[in-house]
Amino acid sequence: MPRFSILVFPGSNCDHDAYHAAKHVMGAEANFIWHKNTDLKSPDVVIVPGGFSYGDYLRCGAIARFSPVMKSVVDFANKGGLVIGICNGFQILLESGLLPGAMLHNEHLKFACKNVYLRTESTNSPFTNELSRGQVIQVPIAHGEGNYVTDADGLKSLEDNDQIMFRYCEADGSVTAASNPNGAISNIAGICNKERNVMGMMPHPERAMESILGSTDGRLVFASILTALGHPTEA
Amino acid sequence: MFTAQIKITLRPSILDPKGKASGEALSHLGYDAIKNVRIGKFIQLSIDAASKEEAYRLAKEACEKLLANEVMEDFTIDIEAR
Repeated sequence: MPRFSILVFPGSNCDHDAYHAAKHVMGAEANFIWHKNTDLKSPDVVIVPGGFSYGDYLRCGAIARFSPVMKSVVDFANKGGLVIGICNGFQILLESGLLPGAMLHNEHLKFACKNVYLRTESTNSPFTNELSRGQVIQVPIAHGEGNYVTDADGLKSLEDNDQIMFRYCEADGSVTAASNPNGAISNIAGICNKERNVMGMMPHPERAMESILGSTDGRLVFASILTALGHPTEA
Repeated sequence: MFTAQIKITLRPSILDPKGKASGEALSHLGYDAIKNVRIGKFIQLSIDAASKEEAYRLAKEACEKLLANEVMEDFTIDIEAR
C-alpha cells in the first residue's frame, strides 16, 4: 500500500487526524515525521497537516517553512512527489514557495469553524481524480487566516493553468459571496501547483472521513491520491 | 552595533481587515477626520556589523527571507548606530 508521511511541527494539531484518515480509514501505511528530521521515510505522499505551527508567530507557516524537514519536502516535491497541505499546511506551502499566493486574516477577522460546501473545479490532479467537475462536497473549515490572496496576474495564471481545485460554494454549487467564509479571492479554497503534484486547501478532508463525524466526502480526496498511486479503492 | 527599525505593512492593493475594523471603530468614536487605517508590524533588530551599509544589507536580507512576505507586504528599514 502507498505510504503517507505526515509532518509534525510544534503546534501541529491535525497530524493525528491525518494519520487516522490515511492509516485506519484508507488502510494505507502512515508515519509521523518530526520537523527536525530530514528523512521522510520514503513516502509516496507527504501531508503537511493543520494546526498552529510555531504558534503562527510572525505569519502563519513562516517559521515552519524553515524547519529541517521542509527542505526534504521541497526536494521531494521538486522530484514530482505528491504533497498535500491542509489548512496550516497550505499556509506553510505558500510560505515555502511550493504554491503561489499568500494568506491574509479572514475578512471578518473571526476564526471560522464550520462545515462548508466546496465545488470541485478541476479533476485533473492526483488529489481530485475521484471527483467529478462541479461536484459539491461538504468538508469542515477551522481557521483564522484563510483569506487567500494573489494579484490579478496570479489569479489569471491559476485559472489559465487549471490550478484552482476547489471553490467555496452554496449547497447547490453556486459560488456566491455569502458562501465565502473568509474573503478569499474568487472563493478559492484549494489550489495546486503548475506541475499538479502539490495541492493546498484550507478545508479539512481528513476530518470528513467517517459518517459518524458528519461527512465522508473527505475520503474522495484520499481516494484520489490512492488512485493516482495505482491503488484505487472504494471511496 | 547598529539598530534596524523595520516597518512591515500590507501592500496598498491588499485589503487590511484589521485596519478596516479599527478605522470603522474610530469613525464610530467620531473621528471623522481619520480617513484610513493601515495596521502593520514593527520589528527591531540589533545588528553587529562593520558599517551601516552592511547592517542595512543584513536587515534587508532578513526581511526578504523571513520577516516579510513580499507577496502581500512591503517593508522599510531605518538603520541607526548605537
